[in-house]
Amino acid sequence: MNNFAYTQAASTKEAATAAQADKQAAFISGGTSLIDLMKSNIEQHTLLIDLNKLSLLGIENSAAGLRIGALERMSDVGEHPQVVQNYPVVSQALLASASPQLRNMASMGGNLLQRTRCGYFRDTAFPCNKRVPGSGCPAQTGDNRTLAILGGSPSCIATHASDLAVSLVALEAKLTIESPKGQPRTVPLADFYKLPGSTPHIENHLAPGEVITAITIPAAAHARRSHYLKVRDRASYAYALVSAAVGLDVQGGTIRSARVALGGVGTVPWRVPAVEQALVGKSATEDTFRAAAALAVRDASPREHNKFKLELAQRTIVRALLEVAA
Amino acid sequence: MLPPDDHTPDQAATPPGPSRRSFLKQTGGLLGVALAPPIASQAEALADKLAPASPIVSGPTNVSLNINGQARNLRLEPRTTLLDALRENLDLTGTKKGCDHGQCGACTVHVDGRRVNACLTLAVMSQGKQITTIEGLAKGEELHPMQEAFLKHDGFQCGYCTPGQIMSGVSCVKEGHATTDDQTREWMSGNICRCGAYPNILAAVREVAGQQVKG
Repeated sequence: MNNFAYTQAASTKEAATAAQADKQAAFISGGTSLIDLMKSNIEQHTLLIDLNKLSLLGIENSAAGLRIGALERMSDVGEHPQVVQNYPVVSQALLASASPQLRNMASMGGNLLQRTRCGYFRDTAFPCNKRVPGSGCPAQTGDNRTLAILGGSPSCIATHASDLAVSLVALEAKLTIESPKGQPRTVPLADFYKLPGSTPHIENHLAPGEVITAITIPAAAHARRSHYLKVRDRASYAYALVSAAVGLDVQGGTIRSARVALGGVGTVPWRVPAVEQALVGKSATEDTFRAAAALAVRDASPREHNKFKLELAQRTIVRALLEVAA
Repeated sequence: MLPPDDHTPDQAATPPGPSRRSFLKQTGGLLGVALAPPIASQAEALADKLAPASPIVSGPTNVSLNINGQARNLRLEPRTTLLDALRENLDLTGTKKGCDHGQCGACTVHVDGRRVNACLTLAVMSQGKQITTIEGLAKGEELHPMQEAFLKHDGFQCGYCTPGQIMSGVSCVKEGHATTDDQTREWMSGNICRCGAYPNILAAVREVAGQQVKG
C-alpha cells in the first residue's frame, strides 16, 4: 500500500475543504473497500480523510419513512427492529452481504460507493477501462461468467456489487448529499449511479468534496411486504450471481403495487419497471409472476459465459415474489 | 466513503495556492504551527483552510492504542494496519495474517466489543478504542470457555485460523447468533478454515452458546 497522510474531519465542510485541496484524497469511514483497493494498488490516494467524527448516525422511523445516517454500520441497520419489521428487504440485503466482521465495520454510505468485483478490474496485470481509462476491456471476450447482462457497453460490463443498493433502488430510496457549496441536495439512488457508456471510470454523480450524509426510504405497503433473495456460488459470504429485491402490496388477492430490482446482472442496481407494471392489477399467482419476470431480461446482452443469468434472473424474481405473496 | 477517483472536467477546479496539507508540511506539521505561528499575512491567507483545522499527519506519528486493557504507545505510519501494528510492533502474533484482504477472518479481533478484521483497520483510526486480541481472552491461566471448547472438540487442524475462529466464536455467541447450527454456520462464515475443521468448530461454538443459555 502506498504511503498516505491522514486527517480526521470535524465537519462536512472541513472534509470537503481537505478533499478539494488534494485531488488524490479519499474519504474513509469503515475502510473495508478502500483499504482493500489500496493494498491491491487499484487505487492510490495521498490523503485519507476520516469521516467517523461527523454526526451522521441515527436510524429514525416515521410515518413518512426511514432515515438512516450514512455512518451507521451495516450490522446495526440490518438488525434494527424497525428495519426488520418495515423494510425487510433492506435488512435481508444487508445481512446477506459480506461477513459479520465486515458488516460491523462498513458504513451505509461506503457500501453504496463500493467498486465492482470484476476480476479484470481487480487484477492490475490486465487492462481495464474502469481502472485505467482507455486501456480496454478484456471481459468482453474473456471470463465474463459473473459479469453484467444489462447496462453494459463495449467499454465495460462490470457488475455493481452492492446488495444494499439493489434493495434501496427497489424502494425508491434517496440520498442526502452535502455539497461544499450551497445547500444539501437530495438524489434518488437510481439516478445517482451512472451507466458505464464510454466512461466506466465515472460511476456516480458525487462531485469532489461531496459527502453522502443520509439515506431516506419512503414508507409503503410494498416495503413492509418485501424480500431479498440472493443466489450465489456458495451459501454465504459471496457476491450475488443474481439477486432480486421485491415488494408487493396485495389486497384481496390482487396486486396493488409492486417493486422489483435485480442485482448481479446489471452494471448498476437494476430496477425493472416493466415487470412491476405487468404485476399491478393481476392476481398474485405463480403464473402472473412468471409472465412478468420474463420481461426483466428482454433487453439483456449476455456474453459467452453469463447466458445462464437470463433464466436465473427470471427464476429468482419468481421465487422472491412467491415468498412475499405467501 | 470513497468519492469517485476521477473528476468530471467541470468539477475539476483545484483551489488556488498552497493546500493546507502542503502548508503543514512546509511548517513541519501541526506541532510546528502551534509552536511557531506563521506571520500574520500568511495566517490570514490560510485562515479559511486552517480553522477549525484538524491536523494532517503523515510519516511515522504517535499512535496510542488500548490493547487488552493496556495503553501502548507506538510510532506508526498512517498506512499501518491494526494487524501489522499488533504483529510487527507489539509482538502480539496470536492474531494471524491470512489473506490480508478481509476475506478469511484469521485477523479477527474485538474493537469496542465488536468483531472486526484487523487487516482492513488502520491503527491510527483505532485510537481511543478498546481492542481485545486472542492474547487478552484468557484470565491469567484460566482459559476463556471458547478456548476450552476448541480444545475439547478439537476445533482445528493446522491451527492458523484458530485465533480468528475463537474471537469470532466469542462474538457469535455474545451477539445471540449461535442459537441453531444453521444460524451459527451463517454467522461464522467470515472465518475460513482451509483444513476443513468446520464440524468441530461448530460443535465448540454451539457448546459455549448452550452454556450461556444455561447461565
